[in-house]
Amino acid sequence: MRTMAAAGVALALGLSACSGGTSTKTATGGAGSSTNAFNAGLNTVFHPSDKKGGIVKMADESTPDSLDPGDTYYGYQWDFIRTYGRALTMFKPAPGKAGLELTPDLAENLGVPSNGGKTWTYKLRKGVKFEDGTLVKSADVKYGVLRSTDKVTFPDGPTYFNDMLNLPKGYQGPYKSKGMNTDSAITTPDDSTIVFHLKSPFAGFDYLAQLPPTIPVPEAKDTGAKYKEHVVSSGPYMFASYAADKSYTLKRNPNWDQATDPNRKALPDGYDVQLNVNAEDIDNRLIAGDLDVAIVGTGLTAASQSKVLSDPALKARTDNPTVTRLNYVSVNPTVKPLDNIECRKAVQYAMDRTSYQTAYGGPFSGGALATTILPPMIPGYQKFDLFPAGPDSKGDVAKGKEALTKCGQPNGFATNIAYRNERPKEKATAEAFQQALARVGIKLTLKGYAKADYFSSYAGNPPFVKANNLGLALNSWGADWPDGFGFLSQIVDSRIIRETGGATNTSVRIPEVNKMLDQAVSELDTAKRNALWGQIDKRVMEDASIYPGVYAKSLLMRGKNLTNVFVGQSFGYYDYLTLGKP
Amino acid sequence: MITYIIRRLLASIVLLFVVSVITFSIFFVVPRIAGGTPETLATRYVGRAATAGTVHLTAQKLGFYDPLTVQYANWAKGIVVGSTYDYGAGIEKCPAPCLGYSFITKQPVWPDLLDRAPVTFSLAIGASILWLVAGVSVGVLSALRRGTIFDRAAMGVALAGVSLPIFFTGLVSLAFFSYALGWTAPGGQFVPFTENPAQWAYSMILPWITLSFLFSAQYARLTRAGMLETMHEDYIRTARAKGLRERNVVIQHGLRAALTPILTIFGLDVGLLLGGAILTEKTFSLNGLGKYAVDGIFTQDMPKIMGVTLLAAFFIVIANLIVDLMYAVVDPRVRTQ
Amino acid sequence: MHFPTDDGVVKSVDGLSFNLERGETLGIVGESGSGKSVTSLSIMGLHEAGTAQISGQVLLNGDNLIGASPEHVRRLRGKEMAMIFQDPLSAMHPFYTVGHQIIEAYQVHNSVSKKVARKHAIDMLDRVGIPQPSSRVDEYPHQFSGGMRQRAMIAMALCCDPELLIADEPTTALDVTVQAQILDLIRDLQQEFNSAVIIITHDLGVVAELADDILVMYAGRAIEYATAHEIFTAPQHPYTWGLLGSMPRLDRERTERLKPIQGTPPSLINVPSGCPFHPRCTYAELNGGASETDRPEFVEISPRHFLACHLLEQERQRVWDNDIKPTL
Repeated sequence: MRTMAAAGVALALGLSACSGGTSTKTATGGAGSSTNAFNAGLNTVFHPSDKKGGIVKMADESTPDSLDPGDTYYGYQWDFIRTYGRALTMFKPAPGKAGLELTPDLAENLGVPSNGGKTWTYKLRKGVKFEDGTLVKSADVKYGVLRSTDKVTFPDGPTYFNDMLNLPKGYQGPYKSKGMNTDSAITTPDDSTIVFHLKSPFAGFDYLAQLPPTIPVPEAKDTGAKYKEHVVSSGPYMFASYAADKSYTLKRNPNWDQATDPNRKALPDGYDVQLNVNAEDIDNRLIAGDLDVAIVGTGLTAASQSKVLSDPALKARTDNPTVTRLNYVSVNPTVKPLDNIECRKAVQYAMDRTSYQTAYGGPFSGGALATTILPPMIPGYQKFDLFPAGPDSKGDVAKGKEALTKCGQPNGFATNIAYRNERPKEKATAEAFQQALARVGIKLTLKGYAKADYFSSYAGNPPFVKANNLGLALNSWGADWPDGFGFLSQIVDSRIIRETGGATNTSVRIPEVNKMLDQAVSELDTAKRNALWGQIDKRVMEDASIYPGVYAKSLLMRGKNLTNVFVGQSFGYYDYLTLGKP
Repeated sequence: MITYIIRRLLASIVLLFVVSVITFSIFFVVPRIAGGTPETLATRYVGRAATAGTVHLTAQKLGFYDPLTVQYANWAKGIVVGSTYDYGAGIEKCPAPCLGYSFITKQPVWPDLLDRAPVTFSLAIGASILWLVAGVSVGVLSALRRGTIFDRAAMGVALAGVSLPIFFTGLVSLAFFSYALGWTAPGGQFVPFTENPAQWAYSMILPWITLSFLFSAQYARLTRAGMLETMHEDYIRTARAKGLRERNVVIQHGLRAALTPILTIFGLDVGLLLGGAILTEKTFSLNGLGKYAVDGIFTQDMPKIMGVTLLAAFFIVIANLIVDLMYAVVDPRVRTQ
Repeated sequence: MHFPTDDGVVKSVDGLSFNLERGETLGIVGESGSGKSVTSLSIMGLHEAGTAQISGQVLLNGDNLIGASPEHVRRLRGKEMAMIFQDPLSAMHPFYTVGHQIIEAYQVHNSVSKKVARKHAIDMLDRVGIPQPSSRVDEYPHQFSGGMRQRAMIAMALCCDPELLIADEPTTALDVTVQAQILDLIRDLQQEFNSAVIIITHDLGVVAELADDILVMYAGRAIEYATAHEIFTAPQHPYTWGLLGSMPRLDRERTERLKPIQGTPPSLINVPSGCPFHPRCTYAELNGGASETDRPEFVEISPRHFLACHLLEQERQRVWDNDIKPTL
């Protein structure tokens, strides 16, 4: 059925190729140009403009998990939510490396740590109003954070605040624990000051402060799980309509004051987002110019890609960013003979890196060859390659055999490799491993499992891994935010591994690394902290318990009628805050 | 006749009850048999970062710890009388017929179904009229000109229509007619009839034609076969013997008899479509019942799926009932037994 | 009349001719497959168009129907010539009332209002002897008994006062008592309307009642044609002798065995050469081989008595006197 659909779309696109062409605009000078070119929006602003007006038309092939700032975990929602919500801090809306830096949004400045990083204080800007004209107070930010900790009402959001804030025992959120004193976690000495009290020091709190739960929510207008039907806006746009699963539209918020907001220009008059639109239809409309943005941001579908890449006029409208996601394979030391580090090194040497990339979709949409755990845009990234795979990156078979001899398995060994059934790319990668490792005598048997409980019951369940000889397991991790903690904590910290399963980290158990993580987390000096992430990366790679495959890439297409288009490096999508209409 | 109708009505009600039990069982009993627990059922609703405590609380809130009969009774009661749900900051009333409450969108299912039904109805009714007219005409002509080039060509096209999946024809049509030529509306542009009839028709033309292409192929073949059979009956010979014009013989005598099984199949097909033309709606991004079901399946939103299933079953049962009654109207021999 | 089929050419009717006047009745007699139905269908122009070959003439009041346009023939159907069929249940449309079907037949050839046509239909039903015609006119064919149904079909056929009525096995599907009623009806109506009637049957008893003249057919050919009286008192063809001999009779002992004709009728694709009856004819050898090779001509052997047989006159007389006449 997929091939039929693909064939159908290929034919469809073949037909439409006759007409769709793009008009290239003349360069207007300045840092960015308006001439269509491949990757013109990657590190520069494409078609810069200050023109106001127009409606940005967006389409989602599914639905966001929630529009409620306390209940969303989708990266593209975090990108878009900034149009109607202002968190304490945000990533700079600028292209290139600048987009990875934090800047204050609702707060006047970045957070001020004290108590060695256990306490963080923010001062709010003055004069920021909700859409109904009431002033935003620090109590509203506190309420927004506290309600997000009610995981029964808001199951989908991140749990960092639950884990790190010093909440009173038995606190179940403002609905169930009404009246409980929460000053142990958050205090608001006055209307424009908010102080966070953590259980243990955390140097990167500004990253937490850019998460949507710090978007202020007026308690009087909070309707719990139904709040998402009309979120009260603190940003330049407010909700004009909301039809669950169908669409929502935003219009200008008359009570937004540009003077309080140096980060936003608020160029368009509104946004129109259609939900549950057929994915191939989205691509076709984007190409034809009927649609401005495919909001999910994962890029063109496989069927559209081949067509777009082969047409120079269409390719000139695309950008190919690397996103903060690593597709990798866990090499489990709990499964013999991979408990011997030389056997694990054999895997590292013997694998053909290029076949990993091919299995994942090639250089444009599969990813860039990885030799480290951290992708290049994470601060602290160091380029190194502990297990060179030969000049053509197809693996060093000789070294692999050498390592096998060292670990006492000169003729190789047999083990299983796990992957998720619903992900054809993972299966293809498992097959690539099978073929490559066979060159040194390592025999792999493929084992597919359901995606829904892959971590809880199979590859992430230590007893199951041992009992079923899952020496290798396909894995993938995208950071919640682009820093070392966001990237590494869930995949190299052995303390999150549970015997009952569920953790993404299935293979790294290095006590030294845990210590280094704790150190980095409390290191308030940014430069020192970032250096530590790089060192952790290297230390884990020395253990050979992770095979880094590819840094994920996606192929995005710029809408025909948009200004100020560039990739926000922190997300890997276009920055939705700056878009305008020509 | 009256007793016949009443008997069929009662049977339909019993059937709907059975369907509700089966639907409920599929979603709540089968997972149990497969080793699921209230916690595993609740994991769907708790997001990725949930603790065991959250899962337990959620399972409790959603009633997964109640015995299955109690859960069914609550659900069934909700359909008849209505129900209430806790959305954190308050309690929401879900008035009858409360066909379920989506724990993901935090909204009752029934208003969603009502909202989407007009789209599906527009699609089903428009397409069905098209395919009935087109299919029957082509079928009759083919039967009369059996063996000629027209017949062969028509049946060849019919074979294509029956074999080509709708997500293929739909996507190709969209790409060609909507995006390349700009003649028809792009996907997802439904406008209600009450708002703007012209725009409504414009947005539906391509889905109508695409969907009816599939069905008219079937109906052409059916009509052709039926006509070939009836035209050999004795009463056709009698009609000609009376001196009737051939056109009247074909239509009033031949087609009239051949059409009865086709009309009954038509009733069933339309009944089925009213529950949602899944592939067509998904391909054209029309927010109808079929798409609602598909979206619910992708997000594993059980109440939505259950609600649509029950509604679709209702339409099918009603369609069956109407078809049975129609047969009595159309074929006098059934009536006077 | 020849039909090409996949197995060969079916020679349904080969070399046939007869005359009929208004008020007269012709009975066409023969076994199944003798070509009698095809004859009537081709008169009406109801044969399978396009594939059949017809040669010859069918003159209705001097009008040759064979070469005429289909539209011309259509206009005559129902109006000048009408037909009733063997099984009235399958011959009438199950979904329309009897009245509707009669009205339809009437309105094709007469531009009158529905009311007038309906009254006429009720009249016709009355004339064919259906009780309570004004209520039965709105009933469906399946609501009538077999005999009533056939009456209704007759009403439909005669509603436009045709000159010729063809009745194809009209009583075969009916009970014996009802048969008699229908035959009486046909005779009464014939007198009333002064129509010519062709009655086609395999049952000699039926033609004995009704027919003025009888045509005996075998294997698609006419083999004997004479007045009814002659056929029954002085038949000349061995086949006709066989037919008469095989009839059950009330004036015979019940223990006497019926004498069927040996063998079965030939397939119309492979009609035997020479005389088509020769494989089954007891007297074929008496002709010195002529029956096997030569087709007997249909000639007039005495006034208004035609015959197609190779038997010489003396032989025929001898056989008749010795073998046949005593047994009849």
